[in-house]
Amino acid sequence: MRYVVLALAVLIVLGAGGFVWLGWYSAIAPAQPPARASFPSAAIAQGATLAALGDCVSCHTAPDGAPFAGGRALQTPFGTIYSSNITPDAATGIGTWSQAAFRRAMREGVDRAGHQLYPAFPYDHFTKVSAVDVADLYAYLMTRQSVRADVLPNDLSFPFDYRFLITGWKLLFFRAAAFHPDPAQSAQWNRGAYLVQGLAHCGACHTPRNVLGAEKSGQSFAGGEAQDWYAYALDKASAAPVPWTADSLYAYLRRGWQAQHGDALGPMHEVTDDLAGAPDDDLRAIATYIAGGLGKPVSPGPQVATQAGPGEALYRGACATCHEDSRGPPFAGVDLARSSAVRAPNPANLANVITDGIPAAGEAREPIMPGFGAVLTSRQTEDLIDYLRTRFGAPHPRDGVADAVQAARANSPLLEAAQ
Amino acid sequence: MILNVNGQEHDLDVDPDTPLLYVLRGELGLNGAKYGCGLGQCGACTVLVDGRAAFSCVTPVVALAGKRIVTLEGLGSVDNPGPLQHAFIAEQAAQCGYCTAGMIMRAEALLRRNNRPTEAEIRTAMQPNLCRCGTQMRILRAVRRAAPVVRTAAEAQG
Repeated sequence: MRYVVLALAVLIVLGAGGFVWLGWYSAIAPAQPPARASFPSAAIAQGATLAALGDCVSCHTAPDGAPFAGGRALQTPFGTIYSSNITPDAATGIGTWSQAAFRRAMREGVDRAGHQLYPAFPYDHFTKVSAVDVADLYAYLMTRQSVRADVLPNDLSFPFDYRFLITGWKLLFFRAAAFHPDPAQSAQWNRGAYLVQGLAHCGACHTPRNVLGAEKSGQSFAGGEAQDWYAYALDKASAAPVPWTADSLYAYLRRGWQAQHGDALGPMHEVTDDLAGAPDDDLRAIATYIAGGLGKPVSPGPQVATQAGPGEALYRGACATCHEDSRGPPFAGVDLARSSAVRAPNPANLANVITDGIPAAGEAREPIMPGFGAVLTSRQTEDLIDYLRTRFGAPHPRDGVADAVQAARANSPLLEAAQ
Repeated sequence: MILNVNGQEHDLDVDPDTPLLYVLRGELGLNGAKYGCGLGQCGACTVLVDGRAAFSCVTPVVALAGKRIVTLEGLGSVDNPGPLQHAFIAEQAAQCGYCTAGMIMRAEALLRRNNRPTEAEIRTAMQPNLCRCGTQMRILRAVRRAAPVVRTAAEAQG
């Protein structure tokens, strides 16, 4: 018995030691912030397009904050994580990070000082970014306006506030690996695969996550969540009533909306806004790769006869004027029979867009929609969603509709502003 | 159905999907709210529903049972204009005047919840309403002018 206890103790000590050893990274010595002139202008320019493809600015900028100065709150099931300042400020940003330190953060999820980074920073994707692209991104970020801005410490629940646990997470879920092209596919498809799996980190939202916050293996693009929005499935289970093609996906990514499908909503609108800085060729490559994995839409089946109820009158009075206007987007609403939000199994996006509408986006000619959160009660919104899904979508169970409406109202900028 | 407009209850026989704007203008003779785009995009039809600004052209009356609607006529009269109406007159914040009623109602919603708005808050709140004559600067001045009046009145009421 004594020997068993002793053996166990030895195992535990060895295990703990191994764990510490595995998670141990030395600090990379602080470097002098490199001068702008030390970067070739072509590298900076290429880095700018890569940053647009990676949509770095979305997460690394607080609402109304300076670009890349961090501080945006990311809500996770484990608590709130605040994005870091990635401007070249020496004290609060990455000004003292050498290119090697930056590459290690991108590819291995470890900061300059040797601390493990939470996988909210999607290094499980960025590990596939090539050394050349990392160098160009570094050139771009190190030549941005330096902003001195401390960010709030993360607010994570026990035990997730212990960074050393990330070592275990990585053992389970993270594999540092370069991108391997598929020689059977075209160069354009492979370029798309490289971007989507790597820098563009599409799966970070469009793939479901397990209880430990890792993307579920074998379920790439099966549909996931982004903040309070549903990120549609981009696989055979696509909810789009009209099949996506490489051309329509390209137009959607280029402009943020597409006449047969509608508008990019919520976090996806941030993505398409940022993609404005990405080259046509890369967007076409992404569209080619994603379209190749999408399935044909499932036929909606026999339409369920809808009862004339409050939902129908709400639809006719509030929605039909725009959504039955044959001009379609961007001048009128999308035909709701073509709407992924209506067809999707998850009602979150439908609840969000009914509540808040689609705000005008700067100067661009994009669809807009008034929000109805101020005039519809929760119950009326639920009635409307039921009607829309039954008439135009698929007869999904009502489960989750009330919760989605409640969440939409709790997080509504329109209702918050009207309080 | 029963509709509460400017504190008065009206028993109406209308289709439930009728937009509120048509009922206000057609049934109740309240012509303050205007028909602009009919798509909830210009704001000329703005009224208050339970204190919040709403586009009456895309608000079916079925949604409004038990809610309190306020239109321009509910804020004051020609002889006794409300603070915002007075400020719009004083600043001559109208050219063609088509957007004015909606602008006043949008500003009313703002000042009811925040009678000490910053310039940025005023501009953000007024964003959904369009004016194409070019009176925007006067409209902003009128809202700024009305804010302390609304504030004083609110403080007097305790």
